[in-house]
Amino acid sequence: MEIRPILSAMLRNKTGAILIALQIALTLAIVCNAMFIIHDRTSKMARDTGMDVNDIFVMTMAAYKPDYNADSAVHANLDLLRSIPGVVDATYSQSVPLSGGGWSDGATTTPDEHPKSTVDMGVYHMDEHALNTLGVKLIEGRDFTHEEISYIDGDKYTTPKLAIVTKAFGEKLWPGQDALGKTFYEGTSGLTVIGVVDTMEGTWSHWEGFERTVIFPTVLESEYMRYLVRALPGQRDEVMKVAEQKLGAAHTGNFVRSIHSLEYYRKSETSNDRAMTVMLSLVTALILAITALGIVGLASFSVRQRTRQIGTRRALGARRIDIVRYFITENWLITTMGVVLGSVMTVALNFWLVQLYDLPHIAWYYIPVGILCLWALGLLAVLGPALKAAAIPPAIATRNV
Amino acid sequence: MFLYNLRLALLSLRRDPVLTALMIGAVAIGIGMSTTTLAVYHTMSGNPISWKGDQLYAVQMDNWGPSQPYNEPDEPPPQVTYRDGQALMKAAKAKDQNLSFTTSFVLQSDKPDVKPDLVQARATYTSFFTMFDVPFEYGGGWSKQADQDAQQVVVLSNAYNEKLFGGTNSVGKEVVLNNRRFQVVGVMKPWNPMPKFFDAQDDQFGEPEDLFVPLNLIGPMQLHNNGNNSCWGPPANNSFQGHLDSECVWLQFWAELPTQADRDDYHAFLDAYVQEQKKLGRFPRPVHNELHDVPDWLAYNHVVSKDSEALVGLSFMFLAVCMLNTIGLILAKFLRRSGEIGLRRAVGASKTALFYQYLVETSVIGISGGILGLVLGWAGLIGVRHLIEDSDHLARLDWTMVGISLLIALVSSMLAGLYPAWRVVRIPPAIYLKVQ
Repeated sequence: MEIRPILSAMLRNKTGAILIALQIALTLAIVCNAMFIIHDRTSKMARDTGMDVNDIFVMTMAAYKPDYNADSAVHANLDLLRSIPGVVDATYSQSVPLSGGGWSDGATTTPDEHPKSTVDMGVYHMDEHALNTLGVKLIEGRDFTHEEISYIDGDKYTTPKLAIVTKAFGEKLWPGQDALGKTFYEGTSGLTVIGVVDTMEGTWSHWEGFERTVIFPTVLESEYMRYLVRALPGQRDEVMKVAEQKLGAAHTGNFVRSIHSLEYYRKSETSNDRAMTVMLSLVTALILAITALGIVGLASFSVRQRTRQIGTRRALGARRIDIVRYFITENWLITTMGVVLGSVMTVALNFWLVQLYDLPHIAWYYIPVGILCLWALGLLAVLGPALKAAAIPPAIATRNV
Repeated sequence: MFLYNLRLALLSLRRDPVLTALMIGAVAIGIGMSTTTLAVYHTMSGNPISWKGDQLYAVQMDNWGPSQPYNEPDEPPPQVTYRDGQALMKAAKAKDQNLSFTTSFVLQSDKPDVKPDLVQARATYTSFFTMFDVPFEYGGGWSKQADQDAQQVVVLSNAYNEKLFGGTNSVGKEVVLNNRRFQVVGVMKPWNPMPKFFDAQDDQFGEPEDLFVPLNLIGPMQLHNNGNNSCWGPPANNSFQGHLDSECVWLQFWAELPTQADRDDYHAFLDAYVQEQKKLGRFPRPVHNELHDVPDWLAYNHVVSKDSEALVGLSFMFLAVCMLNTIGLILAKFLRRSGEIGLRRAVGASKTALFYQYLVETSVIGISGGILGLVLGWAGLIGVRHLIEDSDHLARLDWTMVGISLLIALVSSMLAGLYPAWRVVRIPPAIYLKVQ
């Protein structure tokens, strides 16, 4: 196939070719970067949290009676929850995992009132039922015992002496060493690691330290108490109804302020990510459709405009396949110009997004995969008009002359 | 002449219905997508108190620890401590000033069978209502005396008054909050500044609280902060008072400073205040106080989400693709009519007349695409509301946005039409007449 006659024909109608090439370039830039962001978000959403997210629900209680006693209420509430059939376990928890709201602090390996740099960690205050309720895996050491839990007034908080930490936290604070038995510091207060758990995602999914979680054996007693409850698989929704009704009628001076599944918190925390994924998928689908239709439209025009030339070529001995090949090659040349320019645009757009989001750069293979897709798209789009061109009878050439 | 051109345009567009649909559809989808993303961005980047936003200043003081700044590089905390906030209120050096924080109350009905309700509340000074121009349906803010005496008075949001009192004038009635009786002194009109500039740390696009009470009730009622709280160093002692005396920042402080001179004076006052505190062993970092007006403050707190910014960028590139697509199609269509154009030129039509005719045709495509695009944009916003939780206030179309989108539609389609129309009237008539 000679490219030269195609090129010289294209040069005589530069504008049409340039318009399509530009369109393809922009399409490549948008699609590659959209796919890159979609991948980033979906992998974030699909991440293993280390917890039994589907079976856990969260209850928030608020005091309303003047004679409310936080200490007796928390014990009565949790005993009642653990006695409900279908409940695996329940724990007090100061914050809700995956919800986007919680407690964070800085840890150091040596006591220092004003440390220069700290390892940030997500802090949970929970009781000895925490690991069983969350369903996280203890890989080293042991769980808290009942005696180790301190029940204190929320306004009189002091740092406890023990902690259970995630593997990720240990690796960051003591790289290459075993965290078990070591002591870390919150300011000048030391905490000894008695247990190490595998993955346990913290509360801020967008934070780079989302896996650096520690559990403190403290119940902070106040007018507001929060409980995490794990139900038997598949029984969560029924157990939630029973729990709401039973705690509502418990006469502990507090009422059920809210009750939601952990799934609910996770969904609302990731709703922006989901929205972004949907919007970008829509953009990608529409832009591919519009570009494809644009190619079809312009190719049809050029077929109609060159009807007589095609007839002449056919009359002079060109086969149908030659005509099809002509249009496909012409389109391929335009697409290729587009994707070359588009690769540059993809990188430029990615620079802007990386600067905006603080993300790593787009992986190199997005661009060749994108190029292959646009070649295929161009081929499919031009096939219809090209076949129509091939169907033009040679006799056309004799008309109108 | 216009009507004649319009008739010609419609005739030409009807001749190729599929192509016309493709051109209008491409414009519409491009406009729809950019309208949707731009509307969200527009709300996020709005100035909710534009008439005096340049007179209201959020105050920052760097009380942070000696070894690490609150935020790199050397940023002071965005909120103030309780003791500094109260000291600035007492000093009253600005035209007006306000200190507030977000908390909650358990509201109990007098009827025993009604379940208690946990209500979001803002503890503040009465200056809140005058500084931020809060509109009132009934009554108004409480007195300065009520601030000082920590009286049990409350201002209700419009929605909560609707819920409690069926929307009637409830001024003078009582509600029970945390087992204490409060007197209603005012009911707001619906008020929802977007973004919620006066507390940019928490839930920037949420609604304001439902109850407003005097901040000085904090001591007698041991009110807890529900919003963001950041601390450095351990508290002096572990008690409620210890938290109030600590270096934790969790309150929002605003000063009303109408003139540049006021701002300079206030800045000098803040610097002197910090110097004074340094003698007491506080403020270990260099003196660093900052004042930001409302637009500045919203920018400083990155109120506009990065996703929204990225989507606006991408959707305008998308619009560019749609426009390139339409330019290509219009051009091809016009060029196919070269014969007709050549003939008309040969029998005396001027270039201007032809140019005008083709511009009318492209405008018809642009305007119908634009209107359809607005409808799509509106549908897109409904979609966004379903996708993002609590985004009802965020995803809305105001008249400014309708105007902006129509303008975008018109300008982009005119630009799209200009080139093909210009190109086609430059055709020398002779060439095309030859083949006829």
